[in-house]
Amino acid sequence: MNTNGRLGGMSRRSLLTAVGAAAIGVSFTACGQEKPAAGPTGGEEPKLNFYNWDTYIGDTTLADFKKAAGIDVNMSLFATNDELFAKLKAGNPGFDVIVPANEFVTRMSQADLLQPLDHAKIPNKKNIDPAFLNPDYDPGRKFSMPYTWLVTGIGYRKSKVKGVPDSWKWLFDSDMYKGKIALVSDSADLIRIAAKYKGHSLNNIPPELVTEIEAMLIKQKPYVKAFHDDNGQDMLVARDVDLVMESNGDIAQVMRDDPDLAFVVPKEGSLLNSDTLCIPKGAPRPDNAHKFINYLLDAKVGAGISKTILYPTPNAAARALMPDSYKDNPVIFPAADAMAKCEYGAFEGAETASLYEQVVTRVRAA
Amino acid sequence: MEQSWKAAKSLFAAVLGPPLFWLVAFFVIPLAIVWVYSFGQNQGLVGISFTGTFSNYARAIEPLYLNIFAKSAWIAAITTALCLVVGFPVALAITFAPTRTKAWLLLLVMLPFWTNLLIRTYALMAVLRTEGYINKSLEWLWNGVGGLAPLVGLARLGDFQPLELLHNNFAVVLGLVYVHLPFMVLPLYSALDRLDRSLLEASLDLGAGHLRTLFLVVVPMALPGIASGVLITFIPALGAYLTPDLLGGPDSQMIANVIERQFKRANDWPFGAAMSFVLMYFTFIAIAIQAVLSRKPRGAR
Repeated sequence: MNTNGRLGGMSRRSLLTAVGAAAIGVSFTACGQEKPAAGPTGGEEPKLNFYNWDTYIGDTTLADFKKAAGIDVNMSLFATNDELFAKLKAGNPGFDVIVPANEFVTRMSQADLLQPLDHAKIPNKKNIDPAFLNPDYDPGRKFSMPYTWLVTGIGYRKSKVKGVPDSWKWLFDSDMYKGKIALVSDSADLIRIAAKYKGHSLNNIPPELVTEIEAMLIKQKPYVKAFHDDNGQDMLVARDVDLVMESNGDIAQVMRDDPDLAFVVPKEGSLLNSDTLCIPKGAPRPDNAHKFINYLLDAKVGAGISKTILYPTPNAAARALMPDSYKDNPVIFPAADAMAKCEYGAFEGAETASLYEQVVTRVRAA
Repeated sequence: MEQSWKAAKSLFAAVLGPPLFWLVAFFVIPLAIVWVYSFGQNQGLVGISFTGTFSNYARAIEPLYLNIFAKSAWIAAITTALCLVVGFPVALAITFAPTRTKAWLLLLVMLPFWTNLLIRTYALMAVLRTEGYINKSLEWLWNGVGGLAPLVGLARLGDFQPLELLHNNFAVVLGLVYVHLPFMVLPLYSALDRLDRSLLEASLDLGAGHLRTLFLVVVPMALPGIASGVLITFIPALGAYLTPDLLGGPDSQMIANVIERQFKRANDWPFGAAMSFVLMYFTFIAIAIQAVLSRKPRGAR
């Protein structure tokens, strides 16, 4: 399906270019797309535009990289994969390294938005846990290097919740904690995890089950406080809610300051994700980008990042350098029996994404 | 002495040129592109084919989306009404203030514009949330009163139940009123300030009370100002995106949030474009109504 992507019509990028140029008659140089100038780093100017998630890099990583390689990293932030995709699909505005999640690696590579990685320039690939080297979403790691992985579960306030809420039931199918629940706003994640609760795999959800999930969500909506944009941990800290659907790393970060918080991967299983380092098509400084990716995969550097962001790392060498408080943290590395039922969500095409979005629009309008 | 623009063509072009270029390059052309999208269809993940289809518009006027449009219009209408009720006395008070004070009062009205909308909205969240300033103050009062109650022989009060102020439609309307109030006050002020004071004196001298004077003399004369205030409050409120997103609850989605999700999560730009244009047509209708309203009083005169 990826091959017919550009055949039918004009792509948006070419349209924008054509209309823009024809009507204005003047060509502007977009701010990001500077020509690489000669510099100390292999013909590229010593700069790099890094497009990353918030709270997703070590405290000193970028400064250390400048010291080590002499390259200035300019980091800007995005909040959702959709935002990243929407920005890049209209043409790369000048980013060199981006951090899409697994599903979007598939999606962006199908949309021809990613540049294949030159593995020879990333010797630190050897540090990566072999279990992460040939994932379904990017066979052979052609386009991506794993940065972190994460599992969605329930973050909760121990003093307000009876026992351990180890089932999605408390979020999807119960008024026990009414007004104290926050779910993710991302339609695909929401529906997939609901399918997990219903005992189905989170991929290839049959239409009847989607209908059933929609009815369940509409019934549950009065008890839900909010659909959050991946800031559920903040709502938990501010005591707006007591149970929240969030990823383990985000909850581990706030648990440092609030010992009343905890995290559980529900017994029905959950959604796994992996954020990856990629180079988008049209990156102005691919050489620097490879250097930067290789640097982030270094054992010591990786350990420094993990120490700050508290997300599970796929970097075996970095993990070996971490203290036991990280390696044995049940939030960061949940117990094997809970993890056994978790799966990666595959990219199932634009129609499915659009369908799930319609379901959530109906739920929220109901 | 009126001068025809034909007499100074080059000057006219020089003055008109830059704004016209700006308008065409950054408004008309982007809008035209979105308009063209709205008649297209997704081709794969990045491409759009222009098929001239009306299917996006057909979808946009399905009951599901019409209801969301209606709900957005309803929320915008409540916001506008509240702004008018709150803003009118404020504008009136500024009109009658001494000249020196007037400037300061107007500055106060415009002061919020110096802070970014996002920051103002987050500040409002800090005020409204479960453990926010309002609930904290109420809890303090409650516990203070509760501590005194046994002293005067009353039963102890129960535990304090925080008010649900954030993540619901109340918070959305409050946030929208807060943000749009200056848009209402300023046109009202400019209409009221030009009012002929002698007419008010005449009305009062001829025996009408203050309230009658207000509703029978001031309001009709200020009608064009009210209409433009209503319009420039209603239109941005109708397309509000940030406020319902941050302050709203699970059922607070407004049409702009749905449009945003078409461009991002659903990756359905043609449909998002069609909805944007349906929203724009509604805006045109509102402008037309305003034009009719503001013409009437002139005709009556």
